[in-house]
Amino acid sequence: MVDFGGWHMPVQYSGILDEHHAVRHAVGVFDISHMGEVFVSGAEAKAWLNRLLTNNVDRLTPGECQYTFLLNEKGGIIDDLLVYQLEEQRYLLVVNASMIEKDVAWMRSHVLPGVTVEDRSGDFAGLAVQGPRAVTLFDRFFEGKISRPARNEIKRCEVGCTAIWIARTGYTGEDGFELFFPAECAAAVWKEILEKGADLGIKPCGLGARDTLRLEMCYPLNGSDLSPAHTPLEAGLSFFVDLEKPDFIGRAPLAEQRQKGVGSRLVPFKMKGKTPPPRAHYKVYKNGQPIAETTSGTVSPSMGIGIGMAYIPSEFARINEEIEIDIRGRRFPATIEKKPLHKK
Amino acid sequence: MNVPDDLKYTETHEWVRLEGGNARIGVTDHAQAELTDVVYVELPKVGAKLEAKAAAAVVESVKAAGDIYAPLTGTVVAVNEALENNPALVNTDPYGEGWLFVIAPEVPDEVGQLKDAAEYRTLTGE
Repeated sequence: MVDFGGWHMPVQYSGILDEHHAVRHAVGVFDISHMGEVFVSGAEAKAWLNRLLTNNVDRLTPGECQYTFLLNEKGGIIDDLLVYQLEEQRYLLVVNASMIEKDVAWMRSHVLPGVTVEDRSGDFAGLAVQGPRAVTLFDRFFEGKISRPARNEIKRCEVGCTAIWIARTGYTGEDGFELFFPAECAAAVWKEILEKGADLGIKPCGLGARDTLRLEMCYPLNGSDLSPAHTPLEAGLSFFVDLEKPDFIGRAPLAEQRQKGVGSRLVPFKMKGKTPPPRAHYKVYKNGQPIAETTSGTVSPSMGIGIGMAYIPSEFARINEEIEIDIRGRRFPATIEKKPLHKK
Repeated sequence: MNVPDDLKYTETHEWVRLEGGNARIGVTDHAQAELTDVVYVELPKVGAKLEAKAAAAVVESVKAAGDIYAPLTGTVVAVNEALENNPALVNTDPYGEGWLFVIAPEVPDEVGQLKDAAEYRTLTGE
């Protein structure tokens, strides 16, 4: 068990490798109750969110979600999150556990008439059911009475205990669902999912597998790969920034970066051959000179090779560029790769 | 957790098996369970001089890197080369196939300072 954003959470249940493979080949369930649930509603909710977030909320229709960023005035990343449009004037923001207080404080300090910000993080549970067999489990769980939401869609479903918001989203690169619902039903829903998935090979999964799965997909982790020191453009995530929409907080520095180019870019790398696993905060070398520090690293359970990410100076941030990672004073060769590292 | 009676132990979760004049070293069942899936082992070189309680090897799991400390002062006379291709032996057979290295101890008094199985069980709360 470890502390994670103020939550006491298991790193693993049966083992990181076992859980990782269950998600890639069968199905796994993660307790994601640590994630924050912030509801934003009101007549001005849409316009206000569009001022606050980098992606274009206008592109959503009720029942859809998008990945987006909350930036400071300098364009630095406060948090990365999913915004779900639940109804015409009601949105759900699912934010990182460690950032709930800061995000909510930021939102409250910018709030306008016609907008209500409601932090339900404390009384909402979350579960992620991920893997190629998640759809079979979904049909079983709802006894075929509810159609599955499509990719990046969310819907409200009544179950025995409560009403569940269920989305076709995840952080693993596999098909699957994320469920958000009042915490008093968490144990019952967790148990029912494990029971109904038993013959599908379901495994309860901890933070360890969550990290290896997301890193194989090059999904960033806030606090490691993302921070106020970097913009979404430097993180290689400009797809989720709409510079064409009306102004939003942090837009000007981003527009300037797009014009002038970024100094460094977050790129994934793969170690060459058998090496110790890279970890966060290892030095990266090019031509004998230190040029960066890794932000994430692990051994990929799917590929059996060391992988990681780092903000590399733009002149070297190219696919197939050779770099070296310093591991306990020895340098090991690695190559900058295309996203995602794990390909099916 | 398995704590064989015929071995000696350290506070840092290494085990020691005295074999004639030499000492075979590995990590305990408790340590391998805490480490989780071992994916890489960095061993000392044969002939290397080790000092008791100094870092001598690194065992890396998916989760983290863990230092392994020499339980005794001495010279490395053998290392477990099988771990290069199969580091998971540390998890599956920590007291057998998953051994790390063998040293020729040079300070006899140090052996007496190691913990016996009962003391180690107390340490790990078994």
